Amino acid sequence: MKTSYLLKNGRVIDPANDQDGIADVLIGVDGLIAQIGPNLTAGSETTIVDCAGKVVCPGLIDMHVHLRVPGQEYKEDVASGTAAAANGGFTAISCQPNTSPPIDHASIVKDILAQAATASARVHVVGAVSKGLQNTELTEMADLKDAGIVGIGDDAYPVGNSAFLRRAMEYCSMLDLPYIAHCEDKDLTGDGVMNEGYVSTVLGLKGIPRSAENIGTARNILLAMTTGCRLHILHVSTKESVEIIRHAKKFGAPITAETCPQYVALTDEACYDYNTNAKMSPPLRTKADQEAIVEGLKDGTIDAIATDHAPHAPHEKEQEFARAPFGMLGLETSLGLVITHLVKPGVLTLTQLVEKMSVAPAKILGVSGGRLTIGQPADVTVFDPDLEWTVDISVFKSKSRNSVLDGVSLTGKAITTFVGGRKI
Amino acid sequence: MKRKDLLDLQSLTAEEITYLLDTADSFRGIVARSVKKVPTLRGKSVATLFFEASTRTRTSFEAAAKIMSADTYSLTGTTSSAVKGESLKDTMLTLDAMGIDAFVIRHPLSGAAHLAAKYVPNKPVINAGDGTHEHPTQGLLDLLTIRQVKGRLEGLNVVIVGDILHSRVARSNIWGLHTMGANVRLVAPPTLLPADAEQLPVEVFTSLEAGLQGADVVNILRIQLERQDSAFFPSVREYARLFGVSKAKLSGAAPDVTVLHPGPMNRGVEIASALADDSEIAVITEQVTNGVAVRMAVLFWLMGATSSVA
Repeated sequence: MKTSYLLKNGRVIDPANDQDGIADVLIGVDGLIAQIGPNLTAGSETTIVDCAGKVVCPGLIDMHVHLRVPGQEYKEDVASGTAAAANGGFTAISCQPNTSPPIDHASIVKDILAQAATASARVHVVGAVSKGLQNTELTEMADLKDAGIVGIGDDAYPVGNSAFLRRAMEYCSMLDLPYIAHCEDKDLTGDGVMNEGYVSTVLGLKGIPRSAENIGTARNILLAMTTGCRLHILHVSTKESVEIIRHAKKFGAPITAETCPQYVALTDEACYDYNTNAKMSPPLRTKADQEAIVEGLKDGTIDAIATDHAPHAPHEKEQEFARAPFGMLGLETSLGLVITHLVKPGVLTLTQLVEKMSVAPAKILGVSGGRLTIGQPADVTVFDPDLEWTVDISVFKSKSRNSVLDGVSLTGKAITTFVGGRKI
Repeated sequence: MKRKDLLDLQSLTAEEITYLLDTADSFRGIVARSVKKVPTLRGKSVATLFFEASTRTRTSFEAAAKIMSADTYSLTGTTSSAVKGESLKDTMLTLDAMGIDAFVIRHPLSGAAHLAAKYVPNKPVINAGDGTHEHPTQGLLDLLTIRQVKGRLEGLNVVIVGDILHSRVARSNIWGLHTMGANVRLVAPPTLLPADAEQLPVEVFTSLEAGLQGADVVNILRIQLERQDSAFFPSVREYARLFGVSKAKLSGAAPDVTVLHPGPMNRGVEIASALADDSEIAVITEQVTNGVAVRMAVLFWLMGATSSVA
């Protein structure tokens, strides 16, 4: 049975509508936002949710998730991944195409979207740039678009051949799809497994030079400027990439960029003791990179915050560092990390948090949400910006457990989410 | 002063290193005896797990264990279950369940000994070389050899020449020597120096001549000849011309300079053949003898032997 909800006395932060203040939000039985305003009254059939001291905002959107569907459901599936999203305060996610097989065909897109219809968060799908992500033949992008993708991407398998990428971007621009790029020169990365620097030297682990990301970033921006394709740059981790993006935006390059909470909260020192949960791509960098990323978030160079949620099974991470796969969980710690490391220290306001975690992702992907609009589906996140809690990976909704944050104290936590008026 | 494992020299204190070197000194006499057997580890078992080819280190560990009357089990890359895809975790859990008392591990990947040690929480793991991380017993035997020749470690200028980037021997030497008060220098082309090498407790040189000025000890690393295929250097010939150490190249070093090489040597490449054979300068065979004594000391330390040695 459908229910109506009245979110009482929360701080409603809705930057896209210039709203920030104590108000009530009424969600109708039809799942749409019915009313926003002070002192709304509830009918007898309405469930009242006390939001005093909480933030009520347009549903958070994580535009960088590895849902592992199809093919690697032992790491994550649609049900567990969206449950993790909801637990972390997200009402929508977009999933990356490096699955097994990759999301390179319309039938796969339709299957994921069908599975997601009843899930705990909306799922937007990014299609693969090439068949099998081999980067030799383009996918049938128009077919993929008709099936419902929101963008074309190459995460984890960056296109090396610049001519191929140019064609891909030209084709994307015809279809008005953003190109969602993993920027990395794989020749420079070689078989590196962590940031190249003092820590990799001490651990005797092969380094991934920052120039690998920087060259990828610069090249992809130049190709976006050549082709006019909208380019979204995934997981910015270096100070040089921030500077390249800042500079390119001044030239009017059609680009947006995201970073991830871990690149603000952690450095490559997390890899000491060969902690494979700290192994990710791009790798955790240094304090100087953290500072530059914080600046980039502050001045708008970096538009969005995403997680790069990358689940892996315990037996895959319980290996020699070089053999363990890249990636860390993110959905259930993202909001806490952002509030703890960016809002509490006064780098970002809560309004800017909502901009980077909801407004910008919706805009970049061209999807609904990102604002609270009367008559539109009620995708709403309620979070407590002051709640202090300790990360306990054993209660994660994700199927996987690969996080370095177990036992870490954070401030700020999601209380509940509504997806299309459905309380999750 | 008790540890479960010996995984690196970076975390060892000067007191611990001194204890190990002193203990090894006392064991050297046993190695030289005609009847090489003491009952110290009788009834204990030591497994050597070599996931990477090695002759001298494995033999040296097994000799050390056998001299001390331990039973030894030898697993190599081709006889272990690793070839069947068994994880290091399962290999360790299996051997632990068999009642093996201590593990000596050589592995091509950095951090493997750390990983193995986690899965045998009550038994010693000795790192016999993990990837390009550390080779602590080689570091200790180098320290022992230098101390034996020079009478001290503190204040000595010790130069490590060669492929620092890929060398676990270099890393163990750097930490051990630094902890014991020696001045460590690295000499290599930039392609064979690790990132941020200057942040290590060393001085870095790309000129062999400059690096060897006033050197008391020169530790020459083996160069892997196939590295030229990955553009680390243009040719073996040019490497030998720029970084190969000969008696002539040692003219700026201290008059009583001592030369070490962890072996196996590429004569005529990183070390001139005449230098390797000059027993006044090179102490390469002493290193090998000391290797057995050092490994006895490490086994003695970690395996909790309480009986006296003699």
